[in-house]
Formats: sequence, C-alpha cells, structure tokens
Amino acid sequence: MKILNWAAAGVALLALAACAPSTAPAASGGDDKSGTLRVWLFDEPNRAPKEKVVGEVIKEFTAANAGVKVEVAYIPTTPARHEKFKGAFNDPASAPDVAEYGNTDLAEYAAAGGFSDIGPDLSAWSEGKDIGADLLKSATVDGKVYGLPWYIGIRSLYYRTDVFDELGLKPPATLEELTETAREIRKKKPDLYGIAVGGEYTFGAMPFVWDAGGDIENLASPESRKGVKTYTDLLSDDVCPPQACASLTGGKTVELFAGGKAAMGILGNFNRAAVDAGAAAGKYAVIPLPGSKAGTIAPAFSGGNNLGVMKNSQHRTLAVKFLQLLGGKAYQTKMFEAMGNLPTLTSARDELAAKDSFLKPFLDTVAAGTRFVPIDPAWVKIDNQKVIPTMLQKIATKQATVEQATDEAAAAVKAAFGRS
Amino acid sequence: MTSVTTATVVPGEPGAPKAPAGPGNRARGGARLRPWLYLLPSAAVLVPLFGYPIYMLGLLSVFDYRQAQVSGGQPTRFVGLENYATLVGDGRFWSVLGQTLVFAAALVVATLAVGAALAVVLTRAGRVPRLLLSLAAMAAWAAPAMTGSTVWMFLFDADLGLVNQVLGIEGFNWFYDRWVTFGVVGATVVWHSFPFVMVTLYAGIQAIPGSVLEAASLDGASAWQSFWRIIVPMLRPLITIVVIQSIIWDFKIFTQIYVMTNGGGIAGQNSVLNVYAYQTAFGSSEYGLGSAIGVVMTLILLVVTLFYIRAIHRNGERL
Repeated sequence: MKILNWAAAGVALLALAACAPSTAPAASGGDDKSGTLRVWLFDEPNRAPKEKVVGEVIKEFTAANAGVKVEVAYIPTTPARHEKFKGAFNDPASAPDVAEYGNTDLAEYAAAGGFSDIGPDLSAWSEGKDIGADLLKSATVDGKVYGLPWYIGIRSLYYRTDVFDELGLKPPATLEELTETAREIRKKKPDLYGIAVGGEYTFGAMPFVWDAGGDIENLASPESRKGVKTYTDLLSDDVCPPQACASLTGGKTVELFAGGKAAMGILGNFNRAAVDAGAAAGKYAVIPLPGSKAGTIAPAFSGGNNLGVMKNSQHRTLAVKFLQLLGGKAYQTKMFEAMGNLPTLTSARDELAAKDSFLKPFLDTVAAGTRFVPIDPAWVKIDNQKVIPTMLQKIATKQATVEQATDEAAAAVKAAFGRS
Repeated sequence: MTSVTTATVVPGEPGAPKAPAGPGNRARGGARLRPWLYLLPSAAVLVPLFGYPIYMLGLLSVFDYRQAQVSGGQPTRFVGLENYATLVGDGRFWSVLGQTLVFAAALVVATLAVGAALAVVLTRAGRVPRLLLSLAAMAAWAAPAMTGSTVWMFLFDADLGLVNQVLGIEGFNWFYDRWVTFGVVGATVVWHSFPFVMVTLYAGIQAIPGSVLEAASLDGASAWQSFWRIIVPMLRPLITIVVIQSIIWDFKIFTQIYVMTNGGGIAGQNSVLNVYAYQTAFGSSEYGLGSAIGVVMTLILLVVTLFYIRAIHRNGERL
C-alpha cells in the first residue's frame, strides 16, 4: 500500500514536471472579405474630436465596402496598454485587426511577433512614398515595416511673452542662456518657476543629452554627463525646486506652464489646446529648444503613434485598406485640425505649415533632425524600470552625484540590453 | 494558503485522530479514510484555487519566461536557479527587502498600538461615543484600499490638499522625503487595518469576567496596571493571532504604496517587495524573475504562517 502511494506520487510528479509553462499558439491570420473589422485606438483626454473624425472614416469605409462593419474600441495610454496588447497577441480571439500604438513600444511588439509586415502594402500605395525616411525607420525592425506612422508630436520651448517683456529678457539662443534666463526670472519673480522641468520627464531631458553628443546607450560618457548635468542643474532651488519638481512628469510640467506657474516649459505641439485653456493663454510664444551653440537646435524626440495590422487578423486586406484610409493624407489633415497631431506625410505637413504659423518652430525642429529611442525590446524595459527618471531624481535630490547616477543608469541600460 | 497547509498536514501527523481500537479490520480501514473524506470538499475548492497558482509560480521561477516566450516568439527555456541567482546578486532586491521588513514591522506595532488603545477606549466610552467610534472604524475597514489611498493622497496634495491648507504650508510636498512619505503611507495603512485589531481585542476584553477586574481594582490596581497585568496576559493568545495576521498583511502591502507614491516614489525610494515583484514581472515582462520574487515572499510568509498555525493549536489546547 505504501509502495503504491509512493509510486502514485512519483507518477504525479513526473506528469507535473512534464508541463512547461504554456505559450500561445503560433498566430495565423485570415483574409475574410466581410464581417466585423475591429480597431483599437488610443483614448485621449479629450476624445470627442478624434471620435468624430474616426466616425467619418468609418462612414466612408463602410460605404465603399458593403457588408463590413467597423468596431472601434478606445484603450487607455496608461502602462496597462502593455497588458492589453500582450493579451491580444496571446489570444487571437480578443485581438483587433488594426491597432494604434506608440512608436516607442514597437520593438517589444515586433519581438513578440504581434504585428504583420505591411512594407509591401505601403510601397504599393500611392501615398506611401510621401512618408519621410526617418519616420518610416521608426516603424521598421530588421527591415520589416510593422506600421504606418500616423502622426508625430514634437516638443519645443514655450515661454511667457508677458514675463519676458516685463523683465526685459530675450528668448534664449543657447542652453546656457536658457539656464541664466530661468535663474533671473525666479530671482525677480520668486512665485514663478524659471522653467517647468520634471524628474520624470524623460523626453524633456533627452534633448539636452542628445545635444551634448550623448545617447541612451552610453549614459556614462562625458558627453551624456554634460547633458544630464545641464538638465539637472535646472532642478534646483533657484530654477525649479526639487521639492516640487523632482517627481513631475511631462504632463505635470504642461499643467504648471498652462496654469501660469512657470515662465518657460518644454511642451509639445499637441499641448497647445491645454495651454490655450489655461492662465497662460494668449501670453506665450514658441521657439525651438536651442542647442548649446547659438543658432543650433537641440534634437527633439520624434515620438508618435503608428497604425499596425495584427498578425492574427482575420481580415488582412480589409485591415490594410482601412489603415490606408485612416492614415491617408485627407484624414491626417483632418486629424491635425481636430487634435493637433502633426501629420507624417510630408506633403500634408507642408500644406499645414503654410496655413498655420504656430507650427513653424516645431517643423523647424523636425527639419533640424530628430532622434528616437533604441528600437529594441530593451527600451520598454528601460522605460518601465524608470532608469532615466531614477537617474535624474537621484541627482536632483542629491542622493547621488552626476557620475554615480549616470554610472548606475548605464549599468541598468546595459543589463536591459543583455537580457532582452 | 494556511488552510491548505492544515488540510494536508494534519491527517498525516501522529497527533491526528487515531482509529479507536476494536471492531475488526474493515471498520479500522473506514475510520482511517474518514478524515480524508471530510476534507475532500474543502480540498476540492482549495487545491485548485491555491495549489495551482503556487505551483505555476514555482514553475515559472525556474524558466526563462519573458514576453517573447509568452506570445510564442521564442522557445521557453529551463534555467534552473538562474533567476534566483540574479535576485541574490541584485543590490536593489536586498535594499527593497530590508525596507519592506522595517516598514512592515513599524506598521504592525502602530496598528496594534492604535487598535488596542481604541479597544480600551471602546470599553470605557458611553453609548453614543462608542457607537460613533465603531461606525467610523467600520467605515475605514469597509473602504477599499484603492479608494482610501486616493482620498489620503488628495488630503496630502501639495497645492490643493486639506492638510496643507489647514497647516498653512501650501506647496509642501509630503511625498518628497523618503521617511515622510513612508509616514503618510503608513498612516493610511494603519487607518485601514486598525479596525480589525480593535474589534478583535474589544471582543476579547468583553469576554474577561468583570469579577477579575473588580478584584484587581479592590486590590488597588490602577487602570494602567490592570491593563498590563490582567487584560494583556488574559488576551495573549488573541494578541498573538492578531500580531501574526498583521505581519502577513503588512508584509504584503501593495495598493497604498503603488497608488500613493506612483509606483515607488522618487527614484524608487519607497518601493516594497510586492510592488517590486509586480514591476519586475509585468512592467519589465520578466515573468520568470518576478515569479522568483513571488516565491521568496511566499516562503517568508510560510514561515510566519507556521507560527500562526502553532499559535492557533496551542490556543486550542489551552482553552
């Protein structure tokens, strides 16, 4: 009896040991020409105008394709989006056909094998040649194009014209001047922050690093350290006190500038509506964020969103058609009018620049060259582990010197690349 | 978890009910099987509910299991104890573990002090104050951790918070200094968990015969003395259980830290083990490594749970 028990236990153990953790079945798509096309788009703080444009797209699309329904779901842009997308990759039944995703998430999704290569579809498309080469590159992994760049957002320097006039200041022409100007404003107007910067504002800090010649992959290099120091020097009591600013995200710095609590801010073209709705409305101007040499522009981060077709989509042809309509010139322009999203199609951008002078500093910044995060799954890890915010915050709160903090961050970046 | 342990361990132990000597082999066999039969319904629920997740946790922790493996892009690879080795070599893991232990210890002491003090107050208070205090405590107990944390966060908001407005220190950031932050978050946790301690001890105090306390006061014992010399010793079994439960809860703290410090505070200075495990597993998609942290937490809590079970058993013998 005892022996039997042991034997049974042994068999059970063997059975258990035999099952490794499960993986999703290899995704295989289909090409139904009818049915329901499911689309995921990002939710926005003010979604109504976006929904309206998308509604027009759906109307046009269903009119041209009889027997097809389009179902749009708006998903949050919080970190929970990662789980949603992973869920969609793992379970084809709950996956959409077309999805909008942040271009910084691309590498991870590509490594997970979630999106299908639409390179041939784009080069066969009449409007496809109009996408800038560097933008197309931000949607490309290992020669495969996993999405159509739908729009980009570019950050520049917003400043308060009333404050500058009152104090007799000129807009800064170099980063050094920016620091001096910010100090002077704070000294003369102690209730204002010289410039709104944040310890969690990665894409506010990176232009400083890129301008100095550094990059995310070599944060401990002398060039990167110089850029990091220039940025963290702003996180001090005489510009933006760490007590208030060390934990700020990019979004919070927008609130500060819009609320009239800061004389300058590194904001995107997409923040225009928020600023116009706040106390700073009508009292601000925008210039490109200057570089360390006069006349240069600090490279901005070309963040934006792509539209992709899921690999396990059951309606591939329809999905590509829908993507080309939604991402085409007509609707990119409409989307700019509704949401302020910069078009990715060069011709659409040129037309808008002629119409709207507000866009000039942003387009100048694009023309001066933009930068991007490493297109590698490691980036998602670096981002989620808050490697760069932790570095900035440690320096700002004096928990570490620039050298220690950048060494630590560089080690974390290296580890992320090593394990990805 | 505790129930699973008791359920599977007890029957095998020498102390488990022995079959009465007597009527024949067949009856004896039936008696031996009977305890198992009684346990079957609860085992049927608990084993799939607790056993399977724990088994999966242990299994994942010995695999190289990341997003690419989950979605089938790359094959899953058995790596043995590599995840644990990574963890042991990670300075951050140790600092978070130390921080979690200290924070949990402080929380247990604070919860117990507040709960016990208010339990005594409850026995002394008049009808209306007692009712009000009970209602306030029940409300705190009933509030979901998420809601409570958000409300406390609003109260301590730098610019718009009630606390800063009352104190006249608008702009003071309560979530800047590591220890001040732990203080505010700790207060929220204590607010959430003291009602259980209070109600349990209040019930215990009510059960102490009035004659004992009366005799003590006749002998000239002050309120303070009768609390420490009479009430505490008589409630010792109850206090032991409350303490161990608090240790388990406070060690597992997650929501308050995650919500109030936005996932670990400035430069991650307020992270605790549970938040760290979550961020490793789901933020960085290192499911294997995250599971290893989960296993370490489970083992630590298992040790505490063993003490808990012992306390219950000893308790049972005494009563």
